Amino acid sequence: MYAQDNSTSEQVALSVSSLCKTYSEVVAVEQVSFEVHRREVVGLLGPNGAGKTTTINMILGVLSPTAGSVRIGGIDLARQRARALAHANFSAVYASLPGNLTVAQNLHFFGLIYGISDLGHRVGELLRQFDLERLRDTKCGLLSSGEQTRVALAKAVINRPGLLLLDEPTASLDPAAAQTIRARIRSLALETGCGILWTSHNMYEVEEVCDRVLFLSHGRILLEGDPRRLPRAHGAATLEELFIRLAREPLAEPLERAG
Amino acid sequence: MRIKPVMGILLRQYYLIRGSPVRSLPMFAWVGIDIVVWGFITRYLNSMAAGRFNYVPSLLGAVLMWDFFTRIMQGVTTAFLEDVWSRNFLNLFATPLTIAEYILGLVITSVGTSAVGLAVMLVLATAVFGLSFFSLGALLVPFLLVLFGFGIALGILASALVLRLGPASEWLVWPLPALLSPFVGVFYPLATLPRWMQDVGHLLPPSYVFEGMRTLLAGRPFSGGNLAIGAAISALDIVLAGYFFSQVFRYAIRTGLLARYSAESAA
Repeated sequence: MYAQDNSTSEQVALSVSSLCKTYSEVVAVEQVSFEVHRREVVGLLGPNGAGKTTTINMILGVLSPTAGSVRIGGIDLARQRARALAHANFSAVYASLPGNLTVAQNLHFFGLIYGISDLGHRVGELLRQFDLERLRDTKCGLLSSGEQTRVALAKAVINRPGLLLLDEPTASLDPAAAQTIRARIRSLALETGCGILWTSHNMYEVEEVCDRVLFLSHGRILLEGDPRRLPRAHGAATLEELFIRLAREPLAEPLERAG
Repeated sequence: MRIKPVMGILLRQYYLIRGSPVRSLPMFAWVGIDIVVWGFITRYLNSMAAGRFNYVPSLLGAVLMWDFFTRIMQGVTTAFLEDVWSRNFLNLFATPLTIAEYILGLVITSVGTSAVGLAVMLVLATAVFGLSFFSLGALLVPFLLVLFGFGIALGILASALVLRLGPASEWLVWPLPALLSPFVGVFYPLATLPRWMQDVGHLLPPSYVFEGMRTLLAGRPFSGGNLAIGAAISALDIVLAGYFFSQVFRYAIRTGLLARYSAESAA
């Protein structure tokens, strides 16, 4: 993980500045600012309705912010949408790949959308990397949850993104499959140098994988820090206990840093 | 504009059609049945007319051209609906794909699927029922191009409506060609219509095609200027439909509609 004070523009995979989203009278996200550095896994935590998916949707360019800016690899998303999104990719439990295409067809389809060169070779590489070779001609709609997660991850790294957004990537997996996926994602960050923004409700997983976490509640970042040191710093025994406390009684101060 | 993302949209549609008879059959089955039904109707009418009038070019030719137009429109809309049915908007639009690349992919897809339908209709109409487009000569090409342009425009408009109004609105857009057909005089001159319907008809490019076709078949002098007006309206309609789609897309991004389209799949 890169230390914050050493960060340069080359090391910043994602920079979110004063991001706001308002629907009529409802404030979904308010003044959210953070960075994700290369080779860093940042956990975006918070109770249901805290604004995690809204934030991720704004970073993905499928929801425009009311105010604020998103820069992916230093490129302003609002001004150069296509160029910025070429450096990002994502996997979300609620955005499964088309079930009427096979694994290989989905990878070829999205590979072309991302403009990948030597696509046949890249697809073969991903099929091997994610243990999908025997499933290459199986329609994605027929795969188990674990297999679908592996395909979604293969698609999510097809363009070798500098920024990877993972919205509850292990939500529907059994503990063994989840552990394998976590290890694979962790090694992706280290090997490819991409920055990862990860949402999860599994605090054990967050402690294992994330270098840093952001606690979001009512659309605002309440806490930020090392998931292994934050609980003690705030008088909680575990990250889960801290999560529950924050979810039930949001801190008065909008932003604290620890760890 | 990049070519690879456009190829991606085409490739996806090819994969779907190749692996699915329920997708490939409608490309030629319904238009084929239409030609057969209307072919026998014209044959019957010809026997009643006892050589005084040949109904084949005016009726069967009109059916063929109208079916070509509807196939073009449905080709665009169906390719778009594949993303609605598979809840693919989030995956698709969180990529570098631009709206222009996406629409171009839909249009080229429609060209391919409609060409199959057109070929089947031409073979059936000429080989079985003796339709000859020689009487239209080289004007057949601009006639088809005007219909093609308006079919594309209507397909893009229908896709934008589904994006704006939600997946269930596909039932609203399928009958759009049928809704327009009374105004464009597929089988009768525009002069048959009341004044207000004629005014609407003059705003629709197919009117100029079917009026022109009837003029040629009747051996009357043909006005190229009228067809040029039809072509110009057709081109303008494509631009307007593209603009409308991009505005609806912006609205969908601003309001969260695009994200919700996908979120429905999690339910």
